[in-house]
Amino acid sequence: MTSVETGASVALTQLYLTMARIRAFEAKAMDLFAEKYIRGSVHPYTGEEAVAVGVCAALRPEDYITSTHRGHGHCIAKGLELRPMMAEITGRATGYCRGRGGSMHITAMRHGMLGADAIVAGSLAMAAGAAYGLQLQGKDAVVVAFFGDGGAQQGIFHEAANLAAVLDAPVIFVCENNQWAISTPISCAIRIENIADRAAGYGFPGEVVDGNDVLAVRDVAARAVERARRGEGPTLIEAKTYRITPHSAATPTDNRAPDELSYWRERDPIVRFGRELVEAGHASPERLEELDRQAGEEVEDAAEWALASPYPDAAAAEEDVYAPADWLTPGRLA
Amino acid sequence: MAELTLLEAVNDCFHTELERDESVIVMGEDVGRAGGVFRATAGLRDRFGPDRCVDTPLAEAGILGTAVGLCMAGWRPVCEMQYDAFSYPCLDQLITHVGRYRWRTGGAMAFPLTIRMPYGGGVRAPELHDDSPETYYVHTPGVKVAIPSTAADAKGLLAAAIRDPDPVVVLEPKLHYRTLRGHVPEGEYVVPLGRARLAREGSDLTIVAYGSMVPLAERAADELAQEASVEVLDVRTLKPLDEEALLASAGKTGRVVIVQEAPRTCGYAAELAAILAEKAMLDLRGPVLRVTGYDVPYPYWQIEDAYMPSVARVLDAARKLLEF
Ligand SMILES: Cc1ncc(C[n+]2csc(CCOP(=O)(O)OP(=O)(O)O)c2C)c(N)n1
Ligand SMILES: [Mg+2]
Repeated sequence: MTSVETGASVALTQLYLTMARIRAFEAKAMDLFAEKYIRGSVHPYTGEEAVAVGVCAALRPEDYITSTHRGHGHCIAKGLELRPMMAEITGRATGYCRGRGGSMHITAMRHGMLGADAIVAGSLAMAAGAAYGLQLQGKDAVVVAFFGDGGAQQGIFHEAANLAAVLDAPVIFVCENNQWAISTPISCAIRIENIADRAAGYGFPGEVVDGNDVLAVRDVAARAVERARRGEGPTLIEAKTYRITPHSAATPTDNRAPDELSYWRERDPIVRFGRELVEAGHASPERLEELDRQAGEEVEDAAEWALASPYPDAAAAEEDVYAPADWLTPGRLA
Repeated sequence: MAELTLLEAVNDCFHTELERDESVIVMGEDVGRAGGVFRATAGLRDRFGPDRCVDTPLAEAGILGTAVGLCMAGWRPVCEMQYDAFSYPCLDQLITHVGRYRWRTGGAMAFPLTIRMPYGGGVRAPELHDDSPETYYVHTPGVKVAIPSTAADAKGLLAAAIRDPDPVVVLEPKLHYRTLRGHVPEGEYVVPLGRARLAREGSDLTIVAYGSMVPLAERAADELAQEASVEVLDVRTLKPLDEEALLASAGKTGRVVIVQEAPRTCGYAAELAAILAEKAMLDLRGPVLRVTGYDVPYPYWQIEDAYMPSVARVLDAARKLLEF
């Protein structure tokens, strides 16, 4: 039985589908790593889906994001296509970066994705700069910079936040506090309760939100986005969440307590949102299963497509290091 | 003598040096509880306590800057950078402070600190996990640079770096972390900085290399065995360079091929070639040839074999030179 979906229900089940897509994508990526179709590493976003999906639900297509080493979820939430994403992380020429960037460097200007980065906190200042640049052009687009609790300890975070503040840049810093940076618990990284409290030191609002509650994240993000569009400057959002899988495919050891893990597994953001949808009558359990299945099929299709694609040509490796002589105009953000 | 991997030799060195000198402190991201992402610092926190093996927040510039201050207070910090490219955030501290301070204070202050990191490609790693950044360090006055290619040297050079009164950067070839084994002397073992290692003696041609390129040079020498007698010089310490060993080998063979994994332009091979041009010109029978990486960001794994110097490319250069 499928329930009749109203407009609101459609929008909400869409959020569920996006989260399910991320979950399925990461599971497949881990499989492909085990099968050596992906080399290097994969940092799964599993357990943190509500953050990317909630934040991106508050964005327009013409807004921008920057991302991290754990970036697949941000890409999917921002509307990137699964096929070229999968092709990129399997190193194929048909990937978003022609197979040059891999899992940690997906970049897609046409989807407003300015880049993920293997350098922790690497994209924070550029996000502020892009936001400032858009504002100078009279646009009302905003930039969201995702980063981790570990990333918040890099010096560049402070410089980027303060610069964004004095420039009134329309940027939203979204700290995904999953409470660990590889083996380092947040308690050993900071001496304050909330990273969001730092915002006061830069002179803009800081908000803490339950990062496993997709609608709460969406609402907090919507407020920050509106503020930025009005020209009132940045916001720091701290989403408290947890990664329920190991740090990465290449770092399978995990020094987190089993109790802590099971505590958070019980707070799985997808299961939780699904339950809420059913309880509020927005979807039936069968409809959710159907969406899970659809997500799985889309991911399988993307993987098949990617694995049928060619690898890049070594001879082309030296292309694009410098601009060709006839390249005169720098690209403008849309 | 124990038979250890290169990585085990690094770990062995730490246990020995922390035991020997109470002023040695290890610091970095994930070095304590986790024993390092490669496990180079395994067991140190348990054995010497969290104040001798310090888990830091994720902040490379802060780590190195703090190490400078620790030196001022009389400690000997050893900082781990998790990967080659993650050392770039600390380059600012290195260039603006680490390399200058002793000189500026007329030797009143000393900075006996060590920065060590896994470097280089060939392990199918992602972008920014394969760089060969030695030139940035070598180019910085006041900083010494060592790169081991054997398990014994991994222990001995790191010990020398830790004991040295000046800042030393040690780059460890991650390609051979677990694949290369060798005899490593037990207990205290120091390989002095500034001395090259003649990995193989020969009379017709010298291949100069360091780090992960040394085993490659040796394989090339094997392949050339029927055609020529090839010497392999492992530089080991890029700064201070063992110029005497370089010039002696060039003087003996008259033909030099230099192998370097890093991008070509202004790489360390260029410095070696310049020294040979200045001081060995009359000994040389042909041009000094370089086999290097390319002037591109280190590429993703599918095509990295085309980027990395290969035995075939070394053979090519050697055969060209043997015609002189
Ligand atoms: C500059 C830099 N230093 C170190 C690393 C190695 N590294 C990769 S991920 C990571 C932890 C990041 O923690 P956090 O920012 O909290 O993100 P999370 O992995 O928890 O999503 C570290 C130390 C890196 N990629 N870049
Ligand atoms: Mg984290």
